[in-house]
Formats: sequence, structure tokens, C-alpha cells
Amino acid sequence: MLKIKDLRVEIEGKEIIKGLSLEINKGEVHAIMGPNGAGKSTLSAVIAGRDEYEVTGGSIEFEGKDIMDMAPEDRAHAGVFLSFQYPVEIPGVSVTNFIKTALNESRKARDLDPMPAKDMLKLMREKQALLEMDKQFMSRSLNEGFSGGEKKRNEIFQMAMLDPKLAILDETDSGLDIDALRIVANGVNKLKNEDNAVMIITHYQRLLDHIIPDFVHVLYDGKIVKSGDKNLAIELEEKGYDWIKKEIEA
Amino acid sequence: MTEEDKLLEEVTSAEYKYGFVTDIESDTIKNGLNEDVIRLISSKKNEPEWLLEWRLEGLKKFQQLVEPEWANVHYKKPDLQSISYYSAPKAKKTLNSLDEVDPELLKTFEKLGISLDEQKMLTGVAVDIIVDSVSVATSFKEKLGELGIIFCSISEAIQEHPELVRKYLGTVVPQSDNYYAALNSAVFTDGSFCYIPKGTRCPMELSTYFRINQAGTGQFERTLLIADKGSYVSYLEGCTAPSRDENQLHAAVVELIAMDEAEIKYSTVQNWYPGNKEGVGGVFNFVTKRGICHESAKISWTQVETGSAVTWKYPSCILKGDNSIGEFFSVAVTNNFQQADTGTKMIHIGKNTKSTIISKGIAAGESNSSYRGLVKIMKGAENARNFSQCDSLLMGDKSGSHTFPYIEVKNKTARIEHEATTSKIGEDQLFYCNQRGISTDAAIGLIVNGYCKDVLNQLPMEFAVEAQKLLSLSLEGSVG
Repeated sequence: MLKIKDLRVEIEGKEIIKGLSLEINKGEVHAIMGPNGAGKSTLSAVIAGRDEYEVTGGSIEFEGKDIMDMAPEDRAHAGVFLSFQYPVEIPGVSVTNFIKTALNESRKARDLDPMPAKDMLKLMREKQALLEMDKQFMSRSLNEGFSGGEKKRNEIFQMAMLDPKLAILDETDSGLDIDALRIVANGVNKLKNEDNAVMIITHYQRLLDHIIPDFVHVLYDGKIVKSGDKNLAIELEEKGYDWIKKEIEA
Repeated sequence: MTEEDKLLEEVTSAEYKYGFVTDIESDTIKNGLNEDVIRLISSKKNEPEWLLEWRLEGLKKFQQLVEPEWANVHYKKPDLQSISYYSAPKAKKTLNSLDEVDPELLKTFEKLGISLDEQKMLTGVAVDIIVDSVSVATSFKEKLGELGIIFCSISEAIQEHPELVRKYLGTVVPQSDNYYAALNSAVFTDGSFCYIPKGTRCPMELSTYFRINQAGTGQFERTLLIADKGSYVSYLEGCTAPSRDENQLHAAVVELIAMDEAEIKYSTVQNWYPGNKEGVGGVFNFVTKRGICHESAKISWTQVETGSAVTWKYPSCILKGDNSIGEFFSVAVTNNFQQADTGTKMIHIGKNTKSTIISKGIAAGESNSSYRGLVKIMKGAENARNFSQCDSLLMGDKSGSHTFPYIEVKNKTARIEHEATTSKIGEDQLFYCNQRGISTDAAIGLIVNGYCKDVLNQLPMEFAVEAQKLLSLSLEGSVG
């Protein structure tokens, strides 16, 4: 599904990603872990198409297609979803209005008519229940005055509505209390199937207790330095990143 | 040149193509402004003597005034002596079907969601639709007539209801009020008149739209609206369809009179030709709008301004009666080289008077948007309250936004709040929308409409939907 080859990325002349390769197939859950500044969030932004980063080498293929020159909205239409670490506020635009616009723009890209209001409402109710969101939530301004947990739940709600092929969860666990973590993880698990894939970016093991990864990669200084299964995450949690650093430097 | 600009240009030149009717009478009136011209206008319109005197008074005041320069706008002053102040109604060429209309214009209509019938009206397609619209307007008038509501052109009102016009004309905006108001007083030929009798709730939104075939937009419009005691009216002015006019200068005057316990809701959507992308051409819109509230009366101004090259406009409320309420809700969008200096004046005279000001300025391209507002609390205005919120949204790095709030308080019991913010549409917001599959243009539409929600909510439902589309359309392609 996603094939990244020897990716190199700079921002303002500084190289952040230094030759990264990664392959994610459908049905898989990958966790990317690593210390602060390793390039985790950069990686997710580049896959989603943020243009402030300069890609200086390598390639990203999604579903067999080079997506490097595609606009972020086109990548979204192709099935890439990014759950933001810091979702932005859009005052005056309700959660309902926003997701309706997003969904219908994606449908338009596929030459479909806007979803009939009745179907939209039904779908929203269903996904709302999945994320244990109350009704009032839907009419609030997008992310304005939301708690950390509400923001992340809203991200996963949007993911549920848009039904992407690849979901990138960028530190979705940060700022979540235990209950919210459970709800969010539960939501992701229910959405997970054989045809889609999830890439989880995180510092900690705790989200991975709920969403079990098939692969764990350690990102350090712009490169994947170690890959393994879920046990690697547990090992990291116990030993910390210094252990990896030492291994590399040795 | 974008399609939009091409369209604008084509349409403007197309209007010229349809041309003026060469009228011997209008040929006999030389350009320029003088007493003879005023006398001629008045006699052509068969006006009573008092109105002629009133116009001449206006001319005299006008000649004593100088063009104001305090507004934060820059333009080449129009040469008022090169204007012909009276010409017979311009006959537009009538078309046989919409197929003859510029397809680009139709595309814009479609984007705005304007119905087929309205499209035909706007483009001057002369088929049954016009007949229909006349009949609609007629039945509409009959219904209003039953309630004693008068809604007609100001010229008609001068003939049919001279006592009402005489009693109220110029009582809120006197001839000497300002340069352009004085000019308007001397030369106005078009406009609307509306009277709502005591205790009557006007059952429908009154719209100048219904008169669109009877009188086009005049250069010097005069509107007089009187809501008698305990009555209510919602009045809509303008429409979202792009309107073009060969007249560069527009100087309208609107006077509202809300008697005791009456309520007037006055909504405007203004979408006049803003000039092309290089800032050439476009309408100068210098308008004086003011209302007076008697005891426990309420006036709400709501405006969505997207057009004109230069806008100079301050819909105001004189809160004369105790417990009266004034409101001003405004969205002003400027793009390319447009300039807008707009805001309001709230003059608190009566006790326990309240005013609310919500202004949203959006500046894109190389445009400039200014909010200018005065809140004045007079000595006798015990317990007056005002709340003002002035927000500016900037797009790109070449646009400008300015806020000029004036506050004059002569009574210690006044409570005044003023909030102001300036923000930009952030890259983060756009990327977030893009990531959800929303294109940049659609994202701007969404963000701007969210930003203006408090104002748009004040508009009557159908108007609000059109206005939302208009906002998105006005800012298409302004980022990235």
C-alpha cells in the first residue's frame, strides 16, 4: 500500500529525514517510535503532502502510484488520512459542517453526488456512538475550546467518517487520559480491517497495549534504525532510547 | 486574467453594446450640475413645488461642502460636472432566451445558486418570465395593500403619498449632512419608499428585487422607510448576483424611521463591480444610511459587502427614544485593489439605550479594509450600553486592515465594551482542511463563512445561503 524508498527531507536547509525506507501492506499496523526530534512528525506530514518540507531524495508510492507531486487534498481523496498531533481550530465551523464538507469533497473527487442528508446523519450517528461522543459535540466549532481528549476523539471520528485506506495517527495518545485512550483505541480497532492499514506514531508503549502493532520501527536521527514486532516496543519502554543510541554509536 | 475577471469585463462591455437609447430630451441636458438641471429633473418628474425647493436647498448645501478626505481610501475624485443628471431610463436590449446570455455569466449565477427565473430577470430575458414577475409583483402588492402597507418607488410615492414623503424626507439625513448626501438630495431620481402602518407586522420580506424590472439601480438612489408605532418590517436590499452599472459613482441615501416600539431589520448584500484584478474601473459607493429609533424601537442593520472598488458607508442609528436598540452586523470583503472604509455610528440619546456592533472585515489581495465606528453617549443617556466587536481577517501579505473606533461618552452611567481581533488564515488551517480532502478554495470559503457566522446568522435564511456562496466566490483563488 505505502512504499517509501530512501526518503530524504529538509526543512529550511536542515536535513530531518536522512534516507528512510518503509513498506506498509494492507491489513497491517505499524508503529513508529523514537525520541523527540527523530523526524516522526515530519514523516507523517510529508506523506500527507505538507509543502513546507522539501523532499530532496527518494520516493513515496501509495497504492502503486507516485504521490510526490500530488496535492494534499488529492492524497486525501486517494485514501491517506492523518490524525493531527495538534488539530487546528476553525471558529464558526461546526464539527458537522466540517465533516460534511470533507466527505462531499471526497465524493466529488470520485464523481459522486453529495451524500443525501439522511444517509449523512445516519452515518454520523453511528460513528459518533463508536467514539462515545454526545450530540452537542457535533454543533460545536471545530476544535475550539476542545479538551485534549475531545480533539483526538474528533480526529478519529473524522477518520471513521472518511474511511481511509491508510490512517496515520500522529501522537494520538498524547494528552489523553485513560478513558479517552481506551475510547480512541477502541475506535481505531473497530475501523481496522484487512483492506486498510494504520501507521501509529508514538513515544510510548501505552497506546500499543490497546492497538497491537504487527511491526514496530525505531526512528532515530532521520532513519529507521531498528525494526521488530510488538516486543520491541516493550523493550523500548523498559530500556529507553539510550539503549538504541548506544547500539548505533557502538 | 481569471475567468471571473473576463466575465466581468465582457459583461461590462456588453452593457455598453446594448447601449443607451439616444433620447432627444436627454441630449438637450448638458452634463453638469446647476440649478437649471435640478429644475429640469423636478419638472420632468412632475414634482410638487416643495420638493423642488428641497432639492435646490440640497444643491445650495452641496455647493458649500467639500468632498470628505478623512476616509482611509484613495481614489481619483469623480468629476461631478461630467455627469448627466437626467437621462431617460436606459433601455436594455431584451433577449429571447437564456441561450443568448454570456455562458460565463450563467456559470456565475449557477455558482451562486440563483434560480432560473431570477437569472432571466437579471439578464433581461424577455419571455413569459417577465410577465410572471410582473404578476408576482402585482399579487404581492395587492397583499401588502390589504394591510395598508405602501411599498413603491420613491417617484411614485411623491405622486401618490406626498404628505408622507414631505413629512419624513430628510428628517434623518438632512440635505446638509454631508457632501454626497447633499448631492443626492439635489439630484436623486430613483429609490424605494415604504410605509408600515401602526401595529402591522409586514408578513413578508420586502425586497427591492421585486422592483427590478421597474427601476434598475439608480446612481443616486433615495430610500425612505417608515415603520409606524408597534410595526415590524424586514427589508432586503441588493442581491448577490453580480450587478454592473456604467455609472462609476453611486451616492445613495437611506433613511429609516422606527416609531415607538417599531422594529426595522434592514439587510443589504452589495456586489457591485469591484474593478478588474489590476484595480481598473469599478464602482465608487458613497452611501449615507441612517435610522432613527423612537421609544423602545429597534433598528438592525446587516450588511454583506463584497463589491465596489471604493466603499464609504456607515449605516447608523440615532437612539433617540428611551429603551431603544440599535444593531449593526457587517461583513466587508475586499480583494485585489478594492478599498472599503465602513462601519457605523451609534448615537445614544435616550435612557437605557442599547447598541451592538459586530464587524468582520476580510481583506485579500492588495486590498484595504477599514472599520470606522463611533459610539456616542449623550449627556441624558442614562444607563446606555454598547458592545462592539471588530474582527479583521487578513489573507496573503499585501492586504491591509485597519480599525478606527471612536468613543465619546458624556454620561458616567454608560457601559461600553470594545473587542477587536486581527487574524490570518493560517497555513495550518488550510493544510488541515486539505488533508481532509477539502481544496484550498473550498477551505477558504469554509473558514471565512465560519468567521462571519455571527453576521450571516442575522440575514433572512435564503439570503444567508446566497451570501455564503457569494463570500466563497469573492475570495476564490485569493490564496496559493
